[in-house]
Amino acid sequence: MIVAIASGKGGTGKTTVAVNLALSLSGNVQLLDCDVEAPNVHLFLEAQLEGREVVGIPVPVVDADLCNQCGECSRLCQYNAIAVLGTGVMVFPELCHGCGGCALVCPEDAISEVMRPIGVVEESRSGSVHLVQGRLNVGEALVPPLIREVRARSCEEGVVLIDAPPGTSCSMIAAVRGSDFVVLVTEPTPFGLNDLELAVETVRTLDIPFGVVINRAGSGDNRVQEYCAAEDIDILLEIPDDRRIAEAYARGLTLVDAIPDICPLFDSLAAKVEALSPITAGRPIGKELADVRP
Amino acid sequence: MSGRDSLSGSLPVAEAQAMHARVPELVVISGKGGTGKTSVVASLAVLAENVVVADCDVDAADLHLVLAPEILETHAFVSGHEAVIRQSDCDASGTCKEVCRFGAVIAGEGSSAFVIDPLACEGCGVCVELCPAHAIDFPERNCGEWFVSTTRNGPMVHARLGIAAENSGKLVSIVRNEARNAAAGNGSSMILVDGPPGIGCPVIAAITGAAGVLVVTEPTVSGEHDMERVLELAAHFQIPAAVCVNRWDINPEGARSIEVRAREHGATIVGRIRYDAAVTQAQVGGRAVVELGGVAADDIRAVWDRVQRWMDE
Repeated sequence: MIVAIASGKGGTGKTTVAVNLALSLSGNVQLLDCDVEAPNVHLFLEAQLEGREVVGIPVPVVDADLCNQCGECSRLCQYNAIAVLGTGVMVFPELCHGCGGCALVCPEDAISEVMRPIGVVEESRSGSVHLVQGRLNVGEALVPPLIREVRARSCEEGVVLIDAPPGTSCSMIAAVRGSDFVVLVTEPTPFGLNDLELAVETVRTLDIPFGVVINRAGSGDNRVQEYCAAEDIDILLEIPDDRRIAEAYARGLTLVDAIPDICPLFDSLAAKVEALSPITAGRPIGKELADVRP
Repeated sequence: MSGRDSLSGSLPVAEAQAMHARVPELVVISGKGGTGKTSVVASLAVLAENVVVADCDVDAADLHLVLAPEILETHAFVSGHEAVIRQSDCDASGTCKEVCRFGAVIAGEGSSAFVIDPLACEGCGVCVELCPAHAIDFPERNCGEWFVSTTRNGPMVHARLGIAAENSGKLVSIVRNEARNAAAGNGSSMILVDGPPGIGCPVIAAITGAAGVLVVTEPTVSGEHDMERVLELAAHFQIPAAVCVNRWDINPEGARSIEVRAREHGATIVGRIRYDAAVTQAQVGGRAVVELGGVAADDIRAVWDRVQRWMDE
């Protein structure tokens, strides 16, 4: 059972919901921090590091003795990551997506591949929570391969929570795709509503059932609630706009520990998550999906 | 996907640098989302005279909700290709599935042996090349739109990335390039860029070659952690950085600690902004908070004064 916590807008409370939900569920939970550019879950859990692994993508290495500069590799490469220049071949590893095409088409078998590190995946444990976190190397542009490596470490049993990156682009898709349910966290402001609408469109494109959590409820206007009512979207939880919450969060405290009267809210969300049933894995993605792409 | 890829794809680096020499760009970033980047940019756009505004948060753009741009030009953002199996010619060899490293080839329904999941396809073209039946088409991908607009505060360039689309870095590069053109044509003194959250591809595309970055952070453990990552990124690309702590009075101790950290990273502190419910009220009313007034508005004015002095140095 995989539940992704996502949002269009950043800073709406994805990590707060993910961490406090993880602590409110009964039994063991796996929590995957897929916001690899800005991983924050570890700041709220005192977790014992159990393992760390460097993650990379395969990039080409050209054997100059075998290469005859035919140019097949650069003709195929869609990312301008390999080019024939004068008497040699230049590789631009930071542009390479690791598709492996150049090595496959090289008629001289002059191309092999080495791993270029882009980040690390760390596994740790805090009580009932098994945390898997990706951390992108600073200066690295390519994000989805690292997110896929974090996802690859999810266990098949029990509840898996995913803390997704903000937005609606390839990183968010890499984190959310293949989950059974998505919790979209938003706030009751025009920015929150605008980005919620984009996130809803994205999750509908992915064809995954979802519900909404409204954070800082009462701070803005009612347009998010009106939108959810008009679109028949389930509001799973409203977290009140409360200075105690902001102050606890600021200090890295979990709400369920710092503010006991918040617990029933997350208990009710946990009950809703526990009542979900997983979708059969490997659902075929139909033609209609291609048609709704922009 | 890659920032540098995007630059080489749409605009030669030398040309980009030559253009940057004309009008300085200030890019507002944060690492962590939701720290108040867009609210600050909207206010700076009102306070600044003679600037071009560029919204480079292309996959969750919000600045238009305050600046209310009147769109003058709309352009399609076509970027890269996607593989599409021509089912009538497919002989179900399975080669595409074997060679795809992105898990984009999945079992089809009915008479279709395989289909490509467009959300997983990276547009590498390996399946297109190696299909023994030559049954895979490779059309260009429409990945969104970008706009040249006018606002009550001057020209604005902004964009909307297609849902689930790739190449956000390339779209960011286009927006910045068009903002440079608008600034050159307008005799503008500065380009004010609303940047994306995070430190990956679109952020790198947003900051490379800029005159400076203004990091808007908040006094939370996440704000501090993510600010450090984004300051490391700015240092990596040798871009001068300034920091302001938003909603600092939520956690005064944390604000002090962040400023110490920021200075350790070589950043200049350009002020603090108090928590003010007027910021949300301004947003609800479609205004910048400096148009409404209040303590946050006063603080943002002070930040802007310091940013200008810092940019002049």
